[in-house]
Amino acid sequence: MHKAIKLSIAACVGFLALFMAANAQDFVYEFHSYLFLISAVAITFWLIARKEDNINLNSYMDAPVRIGVIATVFWGVIGFAVGVFASSQLAWPDFNIAPWFNFGRVRPLHTSIVIFAFGGNALLCTSFYVVQRTCRVRLFGGDLASFVFWGYQLFIVLAGTGYLLGNSASKEYAEPEWYIDIWLTIVWVAYLVVFLGTILKRKEPHIYVANWFYLAFIITIAVLHVINALAIPVSLTGSKSYSLFSGVQDAMIQWWYGHNAVGFFLTAGFLGMMYYFIPKQAMRPVYSYRLSIVHFWSLTFLYIWAGPHHLHYTALPDWAQTLGMVFSIMLWMPSWGGMINGLMTMSGAWDKIRTDPIIRMMVTALAFYGMSTFEGPMLAIKSVNALSHYTEWTIGHVHSGALGWVGMISFGAIYFLTTKVFKSDNLYSVKMVNWHFWLATLGIAAYASVMWVSGIMQGLMWREYDSEGFLVYSFAETVDAMHPFYVARTIAGILYLSGGLVMAYNIGMTILAGKDNKKTSLTVLPSSA
Amino acid sequence: MSKKESDLVQKVETTGYEWDGIKELNNPLPRWWLYVFYSTIIFAVCYAIYYPSIPLIKGYTEGFSGYSSREELEHEMAEVQSSHATILELIKTMDVSDIQSDPKLARFATAGGASNFKVYCSQCHGSGAQGGVGYPNLSDDDWLWGGSIKQIETTIRHGIRYEADEDTRFSEMPAFGRDQILSKEQIIAVANYVSSLSGLEHEDSLIDLGAMVFAENCSGCHGDDGQGINEVGAPNLADTLWLYDNSKKAIISQIINPQHGVMPAWDDRLGDIIVKELALYVHGLGGGE
Repeated sequence: MHKAIKLSIAACVGFLALFMAANAQDFVYEFHSYLFLISAVAITFWLIARKEDNINLNSYMDAPVRIGVIATVFWGVIGFAVGVFASSQLAWPDFNIAPWFNFGRVRPLHTSIVIFAFGGNALLCTSFYVVQRTCRVRLFGGDLASFVFWGYQLFIVLAGTGYLLGNSASKEYAEPEWYIDIWLTIVWVAYLVVFLGTILKRKEPHIYVANWFYLAFIITIAVLHVINALAIPVSLTGSKSYSLFSGVQDAMIQWWYGHNAVGFFLTAGFLGMMYYFIPKQAMRPVYSYRLSIVHFWSLTFLYIWAGPHHLHYTALPDWAQTLGMVFSIMLWMPSWGGMINGLMTMSGAWDKIRTDPIIRMMVTALAFYGMSTFEGPMLAIKSVNALSHYTEWTIGHVHSGALGWVGMISFGAIYFLTTKVFKSDNLYSVKMVNWHFWLATLGIAAYASVMWVSGIMQGLMWREYDSEGFLVYSFAETVDAMHPFYVARTIAGILYLSGGLVMAYNIGMTILAGKDNKKTSLTVLPSSA
Repeated sequence: MSKKESDLVQKVETTGYEWDGIKELNNPLPRWWLYVFYSTIIFAVCYAIYYPSIPLIKGYTEGFSGYSSREELEHEMAEVQSSHATILELIKTMDVSDIQSDPKLARFATAGGASNFKVYCSQCHGSGAQGGVGYPNLSDDDWLWGGSIKQIETTIRHGIRYEADEDTRFSEMPAFGRDQILSKEQIIAVANYVSSLSGLEHEDSLIDLGAMVFAENCSGCHGDDGQGINEVGAPNLADTLWLYDNSKKAIISQIINPQHGVMPAWDDRLGDIIVKELALYVHGLGGGE
């Protein structure tokens, strides 16, 4: 695209933002308009100042990958820290600091940062890296990839500051208000264009399995986001909007979205990551091409129907609950297909588990993936759900998936990428990776087991009847009984956070150590085979 | 382009393609994986036939079981109701004091009261009914509106200063300071006098004036000796139990601009049976008269 066109788009966005700010009806909207304005101005300066003849079109585009690695680590640490804070609020309610840091605002901040900022950036940077290497072409769309990366960071900042200032659409895992949703849609479509464009101009005859998963993730998230976010703003110059749906329809749309955010963001996307980084790090071929095809299609087909299991024993009609349950059970083996393919890829390289902490992280990730994808279908069974629903068991389940699977596979990929896209060939300290591994593993194990025990206890206390048929415990008594477990959970979170800090230091030092190296060879496109 | 190779470890051929050094083996689907997958599908189909599952244009397939979660709930609730039907009917028709004198009825009702107390009352009165500042302790024998079983029942049924219930218990202490009924000196004097009633620290020189102010303004509700009058919910000022703070400052503040507690009327929300059960439970805590 011509520079003049880019400049005029930036200018238009800038003027629109200025207009929005001038007419804003509430503080959050005005504040966010200025953030848009600052971004537009920054892009304008960047477009004018940079020297375009420095760009080597014959190399891989690794700038968004490099900055993405840093962003992943940065948001990861922030997200874990906010998680520890939210957990402390449950253990010691005095940590609720009204109004900005009440649990009601901190909790969506935590979930959004870890899922969308940490997980999202991990997916962005690995997908940009993987799609170029496995297609043997430079990213499609030129500056569009940088727009995707920075546009996504702007989305994160808008969403996060919005929550703290009390701005929420009240949809779980989709709390941003309407104008932030529109911005994310623009960014996401640009992401799809970059990714799909790169696949279409590939120099390999076939599309590698990792890219199927990444593509399924990008397309499905686009569909889920747009439908779930449908809302009518009260005013075009104000932040508040109301969902297009209401009642049980709203709940169903919400959990169709929420469940598939887990399915396609946290599962399919990270399976894409797994399919590239495990064979690379283990230096072994993928175990079974056939299994990858069958589990890919069965996973994508079955996942999308399983959402109703979040609404068992509610106003949702019985037939929908039945379907949600049986599709969840059928999902068990398709989910495990990824685990089997990953673990069996390790055969012939199992000795590396003793020497390579990155391999150890990846294998642990698969183990937690397998565990939580077994637990998921089990919790979806109505009679199990009757006990587990609304208890901390669910929180434990989510975290064994999030900390164990998503976190560990991302850490492995980040360590791998750091030595590839930055100038250091080796990590600053492998020993620190080992420390990170043990801190994180201990943290997850403690977290998950504490939440299992306390969640089941909580569920049993809620349903405890005496011989006369009266409830034995009041709700407040069950909250009181949770206190020691909430404290233990906070400690587990601190362990995991410490691991993240060790990683941040290690990655930072690795990047700094290589800043004077002259390593360029890896970014040059290989000649055709 | 494609070149199939044999893998030394797995003894299987690759598919012949390669991406950035990654190859894929041509292993078949693990049998156990496939069979478990098939079993889950078979289970799913059977379950969907047995239970409601497929939406139709009007309604849905009800399945062989004809299951309905609403009906299941109604059925279970009805079962509990019918197993207690006789005893609940008795509680409903009988007077609280008669229920109390029937040991079997009283035991059941008190258990129900304990369970409901935890859900509806413990937020203010504490899970052990020990109360807190501004919320009366229900396990001692100091009663604002009376501690007989009938009086407790009335309090629970209609609440205190709860305007939505026209039979609610109501009284309001005048704002002696805010409305300038008493002068500053008089208020300080009467506060000292009130402190002296329960042996708290006070200025002896102010007692005479205080006693006079008390007799003229306060004794109508709190009684001549400050022992309180249940009919108007006026607290006993001569004992050592205090609803609010017992500091001189707090007493003065209460005289100048009094605080008044509010308790909801529970009759409409919980119904006759639970109100009676709660009355029996609270009466049995130890302080019932």
